Amino acid sequence: MALLEVSNVSKQFGGLAAVSNVDFHVNQGEIVSIIGPNGAGKTTIFNLLTGVYDVTEGKIVFDGKEIQNKKVQHIVNAGIARTFQNIRLFKNMRTIENVMVGFHQNTRYNIFDLIFRTPRFRKYEKEAHIKALEVLHSLGFEKYIHTYAGNLPYGEQRKLEIARAIATGAKLLLLDEPAAGMNPQESEELLEFILGLKDQGFTIILIEHDMSVVMNISDRIYVLDHGKMIADGLPEEIASNQMVIEAYLGKSEDDAAD
Amino acid sequence: MDKRDKIIWLVLLAALIVLPAVGLSRYLQRVISLIFIYSMLGLSLNIVTGYMGQISLGHAAFYAIGAYTSGLLSEHFGLNFLLTCVCGIIMAGIIGWLFSIPTTKLSGTYLAIITMGFGEIVKVVIVNWESLTHGTYGLQRIAKPEFFGFQLNTTNNGLYYLCLIFLVIFVLLCIAIERSKLGRSLRAIKDDPLAASLMGVEINHYKRMAFTISTAMAGCCGALYAHLSGYVDANSFNSDVSTLILSIVIFGGMGSIKGMLLGAAVLVSFPEVLRFVAVYRFVVYGLILIVMMVFRTDGILGGPSKRPYVFPRFVKLEKGEVTKNGTAGGK
Repeated sequence: MALLEVSNVSKQFGGLAAVSNVDFHVNQGEIVSIIGPNGAGKTTIFNLLTGVYDVTEGKIVFDGKEIQNKKVQHIVNAGIARTFQNIRLFKNMRTIENVMVGFHQNTRYNIFDLIFRTPRFRKYEKEAHIKALEVLHSLGFEKYIHTYAGNLPYGEQRKLEIARAIATGAKLLLLDEPAAGMNPQESEELLEFILGLKDQGFTIILIEHDMSVVMNISDRIYVLDHGKMIADGLPEEIASNQMVIEAYLGKSEDDAAD
Repeated sequence: MDKRDKIIWLVLLAALIVLPAVGLSRYLQRVISLIFIYSMLGLSLNIVTGYMGQISLGHAAFYAIGAYTSGLLSEHFGLNFLLTCVCGIIMAGIIGWLFSIPTTKLSGTYLAIITMGFGEIVKVVIVNWESLTHGTYGLQRIAKPEFFGFQLNTTNNGLYYLCLIFLVIFVLLCIAIERSKLGRSLRAIKDDPLAASLMGVEINHYKRMAFTISTAMAGCCGALYAHLSGYVDANSFNSDVSTLILSIVIFGGMGSIKGMLLGAAVLVSFPEVLRFVAVYRFVVYGLILIVMMVFRTDGILGGPSKRPYVFPRFVKLEKGEVTKNGTAGGK
């Protein structure tokens, strides 16, 4: 059974249909890319999946449970976490604190534990610190632990956003244009990094414009245009799909050759 | 807290404990006690404004509620100060919580206006609800705190030490909040509410919690002030007081505990120190604030720390791990 099953989902903003009758699924352990021109509704889909927007119509089933129109926190608990197109780190907090905010739901103590420093407080704080360090180690972030997130190099900020998402205990990671603004070398590095996440057992949905990234790491690709799914398939099928080329890659011959 | 911080705190505390021994005049004692109370008010507003980034221009309202609750209970029932103080805390906290329910969705200018309005409403209620508050006469001859028949007053330095004890409790409380899930969540909300909620932080819940804690703390300050000065009326809690509290938070440095103490010390004592320039003192005072905000926008002690993150003592790290070779933050 698919880990995520989206069926017939629509989202209307007033009279504007941002997403209409979209179906797709993602299997456990896959990397699935959603591509499409600007304004096609890709980020809207992420917002629907994470509960930022309510769906107008349709069903989203994650891990056997319906999650459409559920609260954001509920969906985080269920195991979906995301990154953002324009980086949204907690810039005035240190790297380690950013990751610890990711552990928020699993740091279970209340205000009285906090004031009186009960054993429960110590237990969970200790756990959060140690797990955060583990996540940072696994990303090779040792030298940045004390750094304020806003002072990190650009590429590292992208990675930290992913680290923070992992910290929530997510099974499914939604990455919104992780390679945006990166040079070829950085996106190469990111590609390795995302493949590493797949090896660790994460399932990933990727929104991306950088075709070298999309074509190289996706197991399957969905193509969105004007809020509708116009094609899906393996990377090589998509690259040669006439409709896709027209809608998206066909604007210039150079792009089509990609 | 790292070692340097600990030393600073201990030296400061020791200095404040022995200070009355040099024989402070009544006037100085009163000024210093006021600095303590305003430090505490700064610390309380710091939770909402410093950590969470929400502006309140009506903090004096909760300060007033604490003062009147405590003062009236003491007047009518002759209850012990600790009891009336706790009632003041609870009353201010409950009203703060109720106030936070409809205002959680607001932020920035909107919240500033609403809180300012609330501050005025409380003032008007105090003036007009004469049967309860004695209107413009105010509460007079509020009893000095008494413990086991021993009355605290300015002659035996009792009030000074009472305020100091409360200040220490407030500082410890704020340190505990800062270095916990609550503190991290509030700062995350300040930096990016959407990202925070997508990390699982229940924004509205935390906003209400921060507001309730903050107003309850302000209520405690009110109770202290009422029994310290012995007289309060609506003008003790006008919008100048709210502005002063907010100025302390911004001037001292948003989110900095030490900053609140420094901010209160500077802003409360300035008008006193500047008495020699007579009528111009508030001009000078305003000028200093402006110059400060131009050249140091983070406040005196605000902004990112240049020192490394301090792990809690109970998190034991293996030798040579990250903390040692990690680079400190800042620029």
